[in-house]
Amino acid sequence: MVTDSPDNSIVAPGNRDIGRGVFHSRYRRLWWYSVSFTAFVSLTPLVIMTFVNFYQYEKTLTAETIYPISQLASNSRQFMEGFLEERRAALAYIANRESYEDLCDPEKLNRVFLNMEQSFGGFVDLGVVDSDGNQCSYVGRFELEGKSYKEQDWFQEVCIKGVYVSDVFMGHRNFPHFVIAVRKDDGEKRGFYILRATIDTEVLDRYISSLDLRPSSDAFLINHEGILQTRSRYNGKAMDQCPIGTLPFASKAEVLEMTDKEGEPRIVGYAYIGQSPFIFVVLKRPKYVMGSWLRLRSDIFWLLGISVVLIMAVILWSCTYLVNRIREADYSRGKALYHMQYTNKMASIGRLAAGVAHEINNPLAIINENAGLLKDLISIKDEPPESDRLLKIADTVLKSVGRCSKITHRLLGFAKRMDPLTEHVAVGPLLEEVLSFQGKEAEYRSITISLDIPEDFPAIESDRGQLQQVFLNLLSNAFSAVDDGGRIDISLTQEDQRTVAVTIRDDGRGIPEEYIGAIFEPFFSTKGEYGTGLGLSITFGIVERLGGSISVQSKVGEGASFTVRLPVIRRS
Amino acid sequence: MRKKLKVLLVDDEQEFVETLADRLQMRDLEASTAHNGEEALSVVKGEEPDVIVLDLKMPGIDGIEVLRRVKKAYPKVEVIILTGHGSEKDEEEARSLGAFDYVKKPADLDTLVSQIKNAFKQKLKKLERLSMAVTFAEAGEFDTAREMMKGEKEKGD
Repeated sequence: MVTDSPDNSIVAPGNRDIGRGVFHSRYRRLWWYSVSFTAFVSLTPLVIMTFVNFYQYEKTLTAETIYPISQLASNSRQFMEGFLEERRAALAYIANRESYEDLCDPEKLNRVFLNMEQSFGGFVDLGVVDSDGNQCSYVGRFELEGKSYKEQDWFQEVCIKGVYVSDVFMGHRNFPHFVIAVRKDDGEKRGFYILRATIDTEVLDRYISSLDLRPSSDAFLINHEGILQTRSRYNGKAMDQCPIGTLPFASKAEVLEMTDKEGEPRIVGYAYIGQSPFIFVVLKRPKYVMGSWLRLRSDIFWLLGISVVLIMAVILWSCTYLVNRIREADYSRGKALYHMQYTNKMASIGRLAAGVAHEINNPLAIINENAGLLKDLISIKDEPPESDRLLKIADTVLKSVGRCSKITHRLLGFAKRMDPLTEHVAVGPLLEEVLSFQGKEAEYRSITISLDIPEDFPAIESDRGQLQQVFLNLLSNAFSAVDDGGRIDISLTQEDQRTVAVTIRDDGRGIPEEYIGAIFEPFFSTKGEYGTGLGLSITFGIVERLGGSISVQSKVGEGASFTVRLPVIRRS
Repeated sequence: MRKKLKVLLVDDEQEFVETLADRLQMRDLEASTAHNGEEALSVVKGEEPDVIVLDLKMPGIDGIEVLRRVKKAYPKVEVIILTGHGSEKDEEEARSLGAFDYVKKPADLDTLVSQIKNAFKQKLKKLERLSMAVTFAEAGEFDTAREMMKGEKEKGD
């Protein structure tokens, strides 16, 4: 990086700044900012969209998978409740139709039982229990006559509730059965009696089979303790503990997601079957229910992942490339600026040197001629010339030497003050000094110069060498602008307490309005191939660095007036 | 009596030009001086020199302008530029305007003198060609005359 340090020594771009690629701190920062910002702006919407879509889809799909399960559970509950109600109603009808005495008669009971068996199917036995809990008649495979149920829970329940459905138990021939009992009020004499029947769960199993579930799904009945009441495909046989645990009570069908004991996710649809200890459960494995959803989900994430990787790759590559280009451009610009300033400095030194050389030529020529004359006088006359003549020649030579030395001293003085310093600069004398360099030209071209410097003008804090450059440049421009016989006025004023102003006005050709804004730009020149266009831009830069400002007023044909304002106390 | 070579020295550095004139006089040349362009032109008007030694940087009319006017009004006069200031551009311009030579100050006097003499020789040669052309023309040989004049013109411009 080229920095014009305040002392105006031109610093070349450091070699350590180049070639480190993007890792120079300033560029690293730029790189990070551009990468982060671009990544944020491009990836955030993508990610948000993906996740929004993902969740929307999941919600929809879940709803759509849950709904059928819920429906299934609900429908199954309705069937079961209907089934049980039918059986209960049958018993109630029998109890209403037949008298207690008939029912106690084994033959008549048997007939009733056979009728029931034929019409409904699924009945395994039928019995009557009196209000004391004694089995007074029985038709069926067990030997239950005379048994007492008084202490049993079911008996008490049916006494209170009027109807009772039992859990499934392993009955005759190890088939699962359950019991429905119905209480019949019988007036004053007996109070009530209970009609009790055992039912085969075959119907329930057949219903479940008819659901035609997917091979991976399972449906069964459990009781409130989680014990299977029907057989299941994967979750145990009847009377086993079902592995899914307890299900919270709900008055309608519910669907839950849970994990089984192997940690696999399961969707459980269930419904409590009213008036019974049963719960209908259907189990589905999400992998199969939502197979397509899971595929889609992994597709979405793969797509997201690949997109992110691609986008980041592009961002990284392009940011790196661009930042590198910026760095190179900055470096080139720095180099160009450095070169420009160097060239300008060299050019002004060159001009100075040429000017000085020209000026010295005349005194030298005089010395040359006078020395030659001396030789001539001696060689031609062959005797030393008169003392008067000799003295005159010597005087002339000495006078010329004096002229030369003045010029060289002036040059030395100028060169010395090229060192950057902040010091007290008397602007008036400085202007006079700069003017002296242009003295001869003014004379040759009959240009009138007026210098308006107030007496005892206060010195300002600034850099003498730089100020010399500034005024040299402005004066040089003024000389270029005026015609022979023209006029240049230089004035020094105290603008306010903190600012002094130097105005250089010429009556030359002036600057067209459209150029006034551009004259301080680098490479702007109206001198065609003779102008580098650098003088004013560098002058502008110097003045700015000294804490001042430079302005111009001009009209075509009416000359130009440049005003340089400088602070009395230097501020950067 | 052989005529002396007449030289006009034009330079605003008086001490230089006077000393130079003295030295030329000592070498059997008739030297006169002028200190600026206007003075030079009026001297030439009064008495046409053979050779002018001319500085470029002078107050008032500068050397180039003097050269131009002299070559226009007094084409027979040869001009040598002697300057401490010039650049290549100036040299080119001077030569294209017809300067015989372009010498930088400080100059070696003997070299300068021989150049002055060469310039004078050139002047004589030109005059010779001119008179020959006139003779040819009078004799009716217009083509040859034109040839001589053309050569003259090329040399002179």
